[in-house]
This record gives sequence, structure tokens and C-alpha cells, in this order.
Amino acid sequence: MARADVKVGETFPAFVAAGVVNLAGGDLPATAGRVVLVDFWASWCAPCKASFPAMAKLHADYAGRGLVIAAVGIDEKPAAATAFWKKLAPPFATLHDPEQKLVKQVVVPTMPTSYLLGRDGRVRFIHEGFHGDATDREIRKEIELLLAEKNKPS
Amino acid sequence: MKISRLLLLALVVGTALFSGCANGNLARVKPWERATLADYTMRSDRDPLHTAMAEHVFFSRETAAGGRGVGGSGCGCN
Repeated sequence: MARADVKVGETFPAFVAAGVVNLAGGDLPATAGRVVLVDFWASWCAPCKASFPAMAKLHADYAGRGLVIAAVGIDEKPAAATAFWKKLAPPFATLHDPEQKLVKQVVVPTMPTSYLLGRDGRVRFIHEGFHGDATDREIRKEIELLLAEKNKPS
Repeated sequence: MKISRLLLLALVVGTALFSGCANGNLARVKPWERATLADYTMRSDRDPLHTAMAEHVFFSRETAAGGRGVGGSGCGCN
């Protein structure tokens, strides 16, 4: 099993401090007190591309209930990340980690890897890779669980 | 006796040679550094004719078929 530095129970690093930018321009999504799905992707990663429609469906089903999806691209070439985002046109916040600071801090075990954060900003679930319906089913159960939790002080 | 000494020597030399592989400081390509590995030019099967010829040679000379390539779209993803 690959080593990962950010583990379940730990606080996820802040986007702002890592220099992450919003590919659509403007502000980063507000995540304080929200259930957040952080997904690391890259334009050269086929499973990442396959996961975007599933995440778009999650956004459609759960954004109204407070779920925030923040997809963080780690392409070293900003143009590649932008082209990927424009082509897929996802409805959720799609960000870019231009100097790979965030991903190096988190140390993802594989691409893609997604982190489900509770309302306190702590990692509650980690999904290595994207395996189609199996991953989607698990993530939905976990999102339901986290959304049902009341606001906890950090 | 001679064989067991040779075997022991081989074990000692082999351990000395391969103990470096257990070194945690070996350079490894991180998951976020694999863009180049996923590039089209890195695929060994990008030319169908060349692929067919290579597979024919492997089968003819070694009776080997398949088992080549990198999973996860060339970058080892997933």
C-alpha cells in the first residue's frame, strides 16, 4: 500500500496557503463548516477523466444539501489543466495546484485520490483511484453520513 | 560440503548486492509526477504494424504472448 501523509482524522491543508487557484477565476469555494469532497486529478489521467461525470452527478444530487466538491488539478502545465477543464465543463469548483504544493503536502497515494472532509475540516474517508460504480456507491453512503452529522466545533 | 559453501557464498553476495533495494531513499516517481509516462510517445504499442511485428517475434522466439504494457492509461493511475 502506498504511503500517504494526510490520513483519516487529520486536518486537510488549506487551499489558500498552497497557492491553489480557481480555473474559472474568482474566489476559491467556501468550505468552512461544510462537507467537502476534494478530488485530485490530472489531464493525463484517464481514470480522473472517467470520474468527472460521476462527480457532476454527485454535485447535482448533493450541492443543494451543502456538499462542496473541489476538484484540484495537479498538471505542471497550466494550459493542459485549463484545456481539460474547458473540454469537460464540470459544474463543480475546479481548481489548479500550479506548483504542486498542495499535492506534495497531502502526498496522494495514487491518481486520482479523493478525500471526504467532515464539517470540522478533518479527513473522514479516503478513496484511492476511481473504480466506477463501486466507488460512486461508497462515496454516496459516506456523503449521506457526513451530511447527517450536525455542525461540530473544530 | 563444497556445494553448501558455494551456496552460502552466493547467499552472502546476493544479500550484499540486493540489500540496497530495501533503501527507503531510492528515487521513485510520485503519482503526481507521471505526466511524461502517460504521454503518447511513451506507449510501446502506438504503431500497430510495429506492435504486430514485435508480438510475432516474441511468440516465435520465446513462445511468449502478452504481458507487456503499463496499466492505468500508461501512467500507472488507479
